[in-house]
This record gives sequence, C-alpha cells and structure tokens, in this order.
Amino acid sequence: MAEDFHKLAIFRGLLKFKSNVQKIWGVLIFLSIVTTIEVVLGIVKPEFLLSYFLNMKLLNWIFIILTLVKAYYIAWDFMHIRDEKGSLQGAIVLPLIILIPYLIFILVLEADYIFDVMNSGFQSWNF
Amino acid sequence: MELTAAEKEANLWSGGQRPLNGSYGKLMMWFFIVSDALTFSGFLVSYGFSRFKNIDSWPIADEVFTHFPFLHGIDAPMYYVALMTFILIFSSVTMVLAVDAGHHMNKSKVTFYMLLTIIGGAVFVGSQAWEWKNFIKGEYGALETKGGQILQFINADNGERVPIGDFSISIPTERSAHKGSNGLWYKSEGALTSYSVNEVVEGFQVNKNLLIRIEKLDKNGQKIILTRDDSLDKVENAVAVVEGANLIHNEYGNRLFADFFFFITGFHGFHVFSGVVINVIIFFNVIIGTYERRGHYEMVEKVGLYWHFVDLVWVFVFTFFYLV
Repeated sequence: MAEDFHKLAIFRGLLKFKSNVQKIWGVLIFLSIVTTIEVVLGIVKPEFLLSYFLNMKLLNWIFIILTLVKAYYIAWDFMHIRDEKGSLQGAIVLPLIILIPYLIFILVLEADYIFDVMNSGFQSWNF
Repeated sequence: MELTAAEKEANLWSGGQRPLNGSYGKLMMWFFIVSDALTFSGFLVSYGFSRFKNIDSWPIADEVFTHFPFLHGIDAPMYYVALMTFILIFSSVTMVLAVDAGHHMNKSKVTFYMLLTIIGGAVFVGSQAWEWKNFIKGEYGALETKGGQILQFINADNGERVPIGDFSISIPTERSAHKGSNGLWYKSEGALTSYSVNEVVEGFQVNKNLLIRIEKLDKNGQKIILTRDDSLDKVENAVAVVEGANLIHNEYGNRLFADFFFFITGFHGFHVFSGVVINVIIFFNVIIGTYERRGHYEMVEKVGLYWHFVDLVWVFVFTFFYLV
C-alpha cells in the first residue's frame, strides 16, 4: 500500500504532514498537549471554572470536551478511520453517537431524580 | 486493494467483494470494537448514575489517589495516572508506527515498534497493579456507621487527616479471627482490623484535638467537618473499623466508588493484559516471518485497532475516575 493511501491533513486541512510517520508524531504531540492541559487544570482547579453550568462544573465540561477531542484523534488518526470509506466511518461512529448519549440521558436523568427524592424526602440514610 | 471492473463483475455473486473496502478481518475487528465500546459505555454510564445519585457525598478522587512511586508521604494527586496515560498514549504511537512500517514491509522496524508497544503495555498493567495495591491497602483508616457512612479523622489544629493508628488506645482483648477450624465449621471471617472499634472510639474521646469528617460535601465540594460535640455524638454510631478498600467496605467514602473502581479499571486492565498477550503472539509471528511470507502485515493492523481501542477507553476512564 502506497503512501498516498493515507490522508495526511489534520485540523480540517490546517496542518498538512509530508508522510504518515510525521502525522503520527504530530498527533502524539497534540494529544500530549491536550492531556497536559487536562492534568494542569485538574491540579490547579482555577476558581472561575468552578461555577455550574447545566448541573455540572464548568471544569468538568471542559474535561469531557477535551476527552472527546482526544478520542476523535485517536480514532481518526491512530485507528485510521480517516482513511476509511464514508460508509464504514458512519457504520462505526453512528451507532455509538446515537446510543451512548441516549443511555447517558436516561440514566443520568434518573439518577438526578433519585438524588432529589432522597435529598428532600428521605433522611434516614444518614445515620 | 481495488479490484478492476471486470473482476468486480465476475465476483459480484460469488464472493470476493470487499464491502466498505475493508477486509474481512478488519471489519470483524470493528464489529468487536463497536460492541465493546458499548459495553464500556454501559459501565461508565452506570458509574455516572451512581455518582449523580450520590452527588453530594461522592469521594474526592484527589484525596484517594495520592501516591507516586518512591515519594513516600508526599501528596501527589493525579501525577501517577497522568504518567500512566502518557505511557499508554505512547505505546499507542509505537503501535501505529509498527502498522505503518508493516505497510512498507519493513520487518525489522515492525519488530522494534511491536517490542516497544509490548513494553509500554506491560508497564501500564504493572502501574495499574500498583495503583490497586495502594487503593486496597488504604492510608488512614476510618470508622463505618451502621448506615454504611464513613467517618474520617481530622486534626483540628492543622486540618490534616489523622491515621487511626496514631490515636487508638490499646485495649487488651482475647478476640481473635474466627476460623472454621476453631468454631462452627461453616462460619469464618477474614483478618481482623488492626484496631477494634472500641480502641478507635476511646482513643478519639481522649484526644481532644480530633474532629470527624463525614462523607457529605459542602458547597465548595469539600467534605464537611463536624464540631467536637457533633463528632462525639457521631462516633457513637460506629460499628466497624475500615482499613483500605474492598468490594464491601471502603475507607474513602461511598462503597460504590470502590466497586466501580475495581470493576471498570479491572475490566480495562484485563483488556490491556489480553492486548499485551495478543501483541506478544503477533510479535513472534513477525519475527519468524509469517507475515513476510503472507505478503502483508494486516494482522499487525488488526491488533493495532484493538490496542488503540484500549487506549481510547483509558482516555475516558482517566477522565471520569480521576479528573471529573
């Protein structure tokens, strides 16, 4: 399989690499930067990020978004989804992005409800 | 590899087609990965369920995972898991480099990068074992109430945690672990804790500068510390001493935290372990030239997919157990 087999541009064409090996190192650097940001935020916990948005700390939203960014680059560049046909990309990704948010939605909503019930009407757990 | 139009026509109804332009093995690996991804998301979402259900009393990860190798007694939250994350990402990179070398039929490079990948995976599994050991052993110890709440001890002077061993009073007792051999043969119990409930409680009552910290969080996400009077009331409710964590008791707080920690990181660790085993098999196949003779290194690509998936899952486990 020849070198042109791989699509070598990331960030929507903003960054183009000369070879696949270079792209791999480039993605590694990007992932390391993102992880470092996460770890630093996790240790420092800046005050202004501790406010709440949709029942969750802003900091936690940032962690989750950065995680999804990392997941995207691992799947697209390390697992070569970028080089697959569109139909295969869809077959892999669509079930996950439909089912997982749905699962999160029903379970987290239910958990929040149970928390409210136990918090407001049921105190005997605290003994 | 694309087929010519004539070949396509000939093979259309007699096999030989490559749907989605992927080989059979690769598509099957993708099937497995998608279903495994759903399994892991099921686990992580149920963790989220328990966490949102106990949102005001969940253990604080920064206080649970504070160890770093060779740095005893130094509070180093997160650093070690961050290191583990880098190790796993790096072994993912060497894997993808091995796949790339395979595309160029470069046997020695594939061998070298596969070896690095295996080493990275082994180091990761070892790190996880060490992490488990610290988690199981515990650090400070705590009391558990009848309702399953954890009471931890704080020094009122400096606000730091106090290990139960530092203040417990030694009360001579004849109590020893009950074994099947010295009583009812069908009943036995595990090892006794280093201190009995009475020893800890009386030690607490004597030491006036100790306070109790309960599981509940205040508005700033810190555990609530009771006043001395409330602490003395609370300590009466204690029924057990907890040291470390297992599936039933957990000195860090909610026992579900320990259950999910063991289950999810254990399941992931098992994936890493089997990944290492598969990588070793492929590694030896590369060395003896199996893929050289076969004419392509697709097998390396397939285990590569699995290996990256394991890395992908760790990214999420890292976020939800250690960061969020």
